[in-house]
Amino acid sequence: MSRMNEQQVFLIDGRDVPFAPGQTVMQAALDAGVYIPHLCFHPQFKPHGSCKLCTVKVNGRPATSCTLPVAAGMEIESETAELKDKRRMLLQMLFVEGNHFCPSCEKSGNCKLQALAYDLGMMSPHYDHFFPDRPVDATHPEILLDFNRCILCELCVRASGEVDRKNVFALSGRGITKHLIVNSESGRLGDTDMSTTDMAMSVCPVGVILKKRVGFAVPVGQRKYDTIPISEQFGDAPNAVLEQTR
Amino acid sequence: MSHELETASRPETLRRVAIDPVSRVEGHGKVTILLDENNKIHQVRLHIVEFRGFERFIQGRPYWEVPVMVQRLCGICPVSHHLAASKALDVMLGIRQITPTAEKVRRLMHYGQMLQSHALHFFHLSSPDLLFGFDSEVALRNIVGVAAAHPEIARKGVLLRKFGQEVIHMTAGKRVHGTGAVPGGVNKSLAAADRAALLKDVYQMVAWSREAVQISKQLHTATPALYDVFGNFRSNFMSIVAPDGGMDFYHGALRARDADGRLLFDQVNYQGYNDLIEEEVRPWSYMKFPFLRSLGKEDGWYRVGPLARVQNCDQISSPLADGERKEFVAYGKGQPIHATLAYHWARMIEMLYAAETIKELLHDDDIEGSDLMVTGTRQPGEEAEGVGVIEAPRGTLFHHYRVGEDDLVTMANLIVSTTHNNQAMNTAVREVAKKYLTGREITEGLLNHIEIAIRAFDPCLSCATHALGRMPLEVAIVGADGTLIDEVTRDHRGLTRALA
Ligand code: SF4
Ligand code: FES
Repeated sequence: MSRMNEQQVFLIDGRDVPFAPGQTVMQAALDAGVYIPHLCFHPQFKPHGSCKLCTVKVNGRPATSCTLPVAAGMEIESETAELKDKRRMLLQMLFVEGNHFCPSCEKSGNCKLQALAYDLGMMSPHYDHFFPDRPVDATHPEILLDFNRCILCELCVRASGEVDRKNVFALSGRGITKHLIVNSESGRLGDTDMSTTDMAMSVCPVGVILKKRVGFAVPVGQRKYDTIPISEQFGDAPNAVLEQTR
Repeated sequence: MSHELETASRPETLRRVAIDPVSRVEGHGKVTILLDENNKIHQVRLHIVEFRGFERFIQGRPYWEVPVMVQRLCGICPVSHHLAASKALDVMLGIRQITPTAEKVRRLMHYGQMLQSHALHFFHLSSPDLLFGFDSEVALRNIVGVAAAHPEIARKGVLLRKFGQEVIHMTAGKRVHGTGAVPGGVNKSLAAADRAALLKDVYQMVAWSREAVQISKQLHTATPALYDVFGNFRSNFMSIVAPDGGMDFYHGALRARDADGRLLFDQVNYQGYNDLIEEEVRPWSYMKFPFLRSLGKEDGWYRVGPLARVQNCDQISSPLADGERKEFVAYGKGQPIHATLAYHWARMIEMLYAAETIKELLHDDDIEGSDLMVTGTRQPGEEAEGVGVIEAPRGTLFHHYRVGEDDLVTMANLIVSTTHNNQAMNTAVREVAKKYLTGREITEGLLNHIEIAIRAFDPCLSCATHALGRMPLEVAIVGADGTLIDEVTRDHRGLTRALA
């Protein structure tokens, strides 16, 4: 047992994890190389706690790890069969709520939703598909919005507002009618000042915000999550496709 | 080329026999036969339900997704759709010439597809009928039966198909629904290790393909009374050919011949296919009936696929296949061969050509090149347009797209091989029904004759439903007053009668 300058620790699945004061369970875990599944969390933004994928049990009670401040001695359960089941169920619901046609989606292989589904062994959507009708927005000369795949994580909203300072995106409606909108009078992306160098361009975990005319330039098999599962990759570096096409 | 037996004069007085294979999304076929009380045939129709929703599905999607998306059209030859769409979008983007590496990798992918599809069709789906006979014991008439009686043939069939799948896997990135071809080229070339692995086996594939040609040829020479006569009818033929008139599956221009082998047109740029071909709608069929405008509806229908291609071209660039082509042509004694079962022989000549071409391509260093993609200048104007045509395993395949300024597809029109052959398959079924079913009680063996005529064309519906070697059939015999007299179902358990 090391006595490393009184480094404070808490437990995740029985393992000692160090933390700094003020950190959330998610931040401390990722810093220590312990993966907790997440979709709406991004290290650069204030946590949001909406996707619930990061749900863990703290001393036996469920909580979202991206919003939960760590306290010394906390005992966290994460990789249990029960929690994995719950996460798989959440993913299945996300899949059926939208139209996710992975084989022809340019984000396939770089998509966090897909990568998590593989990682958590989701074999089927289980629930009936909603098949929502969500037309794409192709009005911007360089950028395509395919709302069919939006999981309402609000990362683009946060990036466009807090970093790009353009406020291009917002969520509108409540509950089942909640959807992503574009903040322009016409409601169309072509009438905003969004550009391909904006941070909002690179934060979408799924395939909603895409650079136009880029399709399958990187072969399947050479994409971010094709060979290494998401649970073994940390950080949120922009994916290979975006890097390459910038 | 009349449409005899398409429509009976007084259908209400006749009995109906329906042959109804279980449906799959790729397509669904059903044969209905109207008989009178003496089992005389008055009407025969092959209905094919295509999955037409696809063209609508593509509309409104960004064009770069299309080559991957269209692979869902067909579970058996996704690569053909993948490449036809990529070729159409090359044109749409104003790309006149892709790089040598891109063209050769696409070719390799396509010839791999031809090899695997032809091997599947011949060995898995057709050889049970061809080796055991059309009326043979049902329990044996499948690939398992072939494996027991002719283990070497079955084994070679499996390995030929596997090799074709490997070629696809290594060029497209995946065995099915790959992403290898992209508008403007390909996203990867062949890895050196993959090239070496394929080169090691390709000679064996050429040798086995040669043997397969011999098997299919011997069927004709040994039993001409059956093979040269079964489902024989005259038609025009159409395919693409290379600029020198040679056989080419990947690219070329359109050529058609009449039933006597005379050229109807030659080297026509397929971008203008709409001026050549029209599609007729008939009230009783979901699938359209294409015909050559110059000859009109009555006489303008044609066949596509192996039988058309082998006889339409002037030569084949690979020596062994060309030797076989010459023998095939000589067998016709100066006239085109119209026998339905000659499709199998022609198909095996094509498989040999595919194997030899794969060998050629594997010896070409461009196949490992790094110059993969070019860009073009999109056609000016609100809509850009492109047509891509390829010779798919079953015949000529057309993809036609229009794309708006916002990069979304505004129009998609596909003419698949099975549609080109619609009239020809109907005619084949009528010929066979007339000859074998007239005046007789319907038995499983007789129904199998109908199916064999359809299967010779290798239509998508049959390969989709033939995964286990036999098409499930449902036959309803309905009296003049509409009551069900008898119902016969044939599936993997064999023949079952519900009534009677
Ligand atoms: S577009 Fe992407 S980043 Fe924005 S809310 Fe939807 S899923 Fe999240
Ligand atoms: S990552 Fe914590 S709720 Fe989404």
